[in-house]
Amino acid sequence: MSITDYESVIGLEVHVELNTTHKAFCECSTTFGAPPNSQVCPVCLAMPGALPVLNREVVDFAIKAGIATHCTIEPVSRFDRKNYFYPDLPKAYQTTQNDFPICTNGYVDVASGDGIRRIRISQIHMEEDAGKLMHHSEGTEIDCNRCGVPLLEIVSEPDARSAEEAVAYLRKLRAIVRYTGISDGKMNEGSLRCDVNLSVRKKGEEAYGTRVEIKNINSFNFVARAIESEFKRQVELLESGGTIVQETRRFDEKTGQTYSMRTKEDAADYRYFPDPDLVPVRVTKEEVEAIRKTIPRMADERKASYMVTYQLTPYEAERLTEDKEMSDFFEDAVAHTSYPKILVNLILADISPLFTEDTVEYPVNPVSLGALSDLLGEDEINSNTGRRILKSLLENDFDPKAYVEEHQLAQINDRSVLEPIVQAAIATNKRAVKDYLGGKETALRAVIGFAMKATQGRANPLLVEEMIHEAIVE
Amino acid sequence: MDYQSMQLHQLADGLRARDFSSRELTEAVFSTIERKEPVIGAYITLTRDLAMRQADRVDELLSAGLALPPLAGIPGALKDNIATSGIRTTNASRMLADFVPPYDAFVWRILKQQEMVLTGKVNMDEFAMGHSTETSAFHVTRNPYDTTRVPGGSSGGSAAAVASGEACFALGTDTGGSVRQPATLCGIVGMRPTFGLISRRGVTSFSSSLDQVGPMTRSVRDNALLLDALAFFDRKDAQSVERRSDSFVAAMEEPFGQPVIGWPQAYFESGDLLDDVKHQLEKARDFFELIGARIVPIDLEMLDACMAAYYILSSAEGYSNMNRYDGIHYGHRSDHAETLEEIYTLSRSEGLGAEVKRRILLGCFALSSDNFDAFYMKAAKVRTMVVREFEEVFRTCDAILTPVTATPAWHLGTHPEELGGNKYSNDRFTLPPSLTGMPALAVPAGLTDAGLPVGMQLIGPRFSEGTLYRLAAAYEDAHGLLPLPGEVKA
Repeated sequence: MSITDYESVIGLEVHVELNTTHKAFCECSTTFGAPPNSQVCPVCLAMPGALPVLNREVVDFAIKAGIATHCTIEPVSRFDRKNYFYPDLPKAYQTTQNDFPICTNGYVDVASGDGIRRIRISQIHMEEDAGKLMHHSEGTEIDCNRCGVPLLEIVSEPDARSAEEAVAYLRKLRAIVRYTGISDGKMNEGSLRCDVNLSVRKKGEEAYGTRVEIKNINSFNFVARAIESEFKRQVELLESGGTIVQETRRFDEKTGQTYSMRTKEDAADYRYFPDPDLVPVRVTKEEVEAIRKTIPRMADERKASYMVTYQLTPYEAERLTEDKEMSDFFEDAVAHTSYPKILVNLILADISPLFTEDTVEYPVNPVSLGALSDLLGEDEINSNTGRRILKSLLENDFDPKAYVEEHQLAQINDRSVLEPIVQAAIATNKRAVKDYLGGKETALRAVIGFAMKATQGRANPLLVEEMIHEAIVE
Repeated sequence: MDYQSMQLHQLADGLRARDFSSRELTEAVFSTIERKEPVIGAYITLTRDLAMRQADRVDELLSAGLALPPLAGIPGALKDNIATSGIRTTNASRMLADFVPPYDAFVWRILKQQEMVLTGKVNMDEFAMGHSTETSAFHVTRNPYDTTRVPGGSSGGSAAAVASGEACFALGTDTGGSVRQPATLCGIVGMRPTFGLISRRGVTSFSSSLDQVGPMTRSVRDNALLLDALAFFDRKDAQSVERRSDSFVAAMEEPFGQPVIGWPQAYFESGDLLDDVKHQLEKARDFFELIGARIVPIDLEMLDACMAAYYILSSAEGYSNMNRYDGIHYGHRSDHAETLEEIYTLSRSEGLGAEVKRRILLGCFALSSDNFDAFYMKAAKVRTMVVREFEEVFRTCDAILTPVTATPAWHLGTHPEELGGNKYSNDRFTLPPSLTGMPALAVPAGLTDAGLPVGMQLIGPRFSEGTLYRLAAAYEDAHGLLPLPGEVKA
């Protein structure tokens, strides 16, 4: 058998750091990048007698995430203590929801090949972050600013079947947390972290294989690479007669391989039990409905509306909406153009790569991009000129229309202006004309190129082609 | 001045009448401390300078004609698990021997606002785990009624300080009986109020679902007055509840009426109780009947299960709460540690005492994934059943009358068995209120022939503190306060 006879079965646990104003159980600020230990208090430092009180904003954010992923919002949920020693955890336990999470039984749909894959979400629960250890040659320092910052853990069922689906799911979740405004979703600052559970089985089999967990992967690219390398490792191991061990592995970004951290036998016993300092979390239907009203239109809804309003293809609509910033950008720009299709082409071809995983600001002024789309749509400039103007717009903003006039970039659509240029092009490229007439279609490019060059690229290339064709064929 | 024969409201009146100043009162208390403390050993830290400043301030305010709260200018003590900003709060543990909190416990903050005078921080069992104050890492505390005997625990320092006059009142904390049992053994009044009635914020957690702060005073009236000063809603304690009585003193003074008092017959026939204790309790029962109460025999089937449930739940929570003392962020760190693992193991081995370690291990065992269902879950279910049983009893009863302990105070270094009691069942009576969150008041019933205090416990449904005070005040009014313990001999 070969690797193509196997499929991977992937479940994901995604940690989302919430951008609440205050920490989960005290009133400390959550601002990123403050001086070490400047955002701490007796509660998050776990001093004797300090008591946690749940910040209700965390519950609201969890409900938003639950609504956006079609979850059931549980009327009563509960916090538990997960006990373990580590220097970044002053309380020696993490407050989390183990047995009774706030959101259950949801899903998100992601594009997969030509179709859609539904990834079910088993639960979303609230918990808290730990501090950060900084190792130096002289020792280790502890920064407790992150201690107690609220997190959501979103746990999926093992429904993804490939790295592409896993990444599509992560992109979708990131879009959701950004759409709902509960997190900035920045992977490079740790606002979005991912654990991958992966097993393999022969295609067509029902039973799951032995599962391996790959911990704490911090970019989409690494997630894809970790899955591919772990898939390959497991299949090769099985094919050579080995067995998979249930274990936790880490992805090494340098080698592109996963390596073992600990096996199930060394797995810690966290001695979970209900946190007696906190009361059960109660959520009413009215609260859920009130929060539902505050959620902005989500990706799926926008996608459907773009296809109707602007006649976009499903592919275009999906691409535009997978990132809330890009979608917002499109909506801002489309208000300033009569040519949405052209705008979409510009965004998808030239601007979407600029919306990286961690973009928060628009790379270009949407008003200017709308104006540029109009210039293209009205044939006032050709696509070469358009690309050149866009390149300048990315450096600094200006009014494209005024720019075109000032730099005399307008497309030449006037036959009487182009006529002598076309004649000159034919006269100087006799051989190419002959080849073309002899059946070599591509030969015409040299003739058109001559005319374009003669007009500094301003000639309407379609019109030029048409006029050349008319001149030599007739 | 003879402040020891005066109750808190009388001291308050005296201060306002300018019969004496807060300075004079405070100096008198400190002179008692100087005389008795070498024997009693109630305190871990004395705050004499602070006390004198506070007293002078109250005198100035009173001279200026200001109306101050009842406790203003009266010297009291705090158990050393109650955080006091700038004053070390040791929990009677080597682990926190030098720990000075940068924050105030809620109860200390509000008592400060009410201008109480702080004499100091009193001794206790380490992290409130113990029954005799002998697990304190620092020294023993002696019972003022017989200095060869224990004061009880864990709030033994609080009880001894009040009984000896080394403080006019004290705060203790009660997890399984740690206010009521030492109050009884030292012949004073101790209340464990409804769970959540007094904020736990800033009080070192032993078992979060059981810990309660409790007022400890010489008289019932004093106790109601102190609870009035303590019972305020705290939005920063998730378990805090709003009080339902504007004044516990006023509730106490309502007519006695015809209350129904439950009498758990089986307790008294089991033979666990020492005769002295049994007789005092029967005397109390007869008294209540005489003045109009109806006594009804009740069965408490869950009683025997309380002990196991209590130790499992309190140790489980205690295990989790103790893990923060790891030598990393604050507290004792071993000088001999070279690796992270050694910081943990050596700091904890050196910093924590045997009783604390015993409870940590018990809790660790009860919570481990193999044992969780058989121990923790089962104990949690028992707790629910105990709550149901008591709720059922309180459908017909206003209060239940029980002993607090099966024996009076035993000798230092021994156990209740020496008196014919049982080490494990001696404090079984104090556990149901802890598990149910219901209030329970320990009141002196009298002295044994040997002159040792014996107490009774009145348990009521949630928020029934006023009723409990009313019953206890009737008994106290008729029998008077216990005679003060004799002068101690160095």
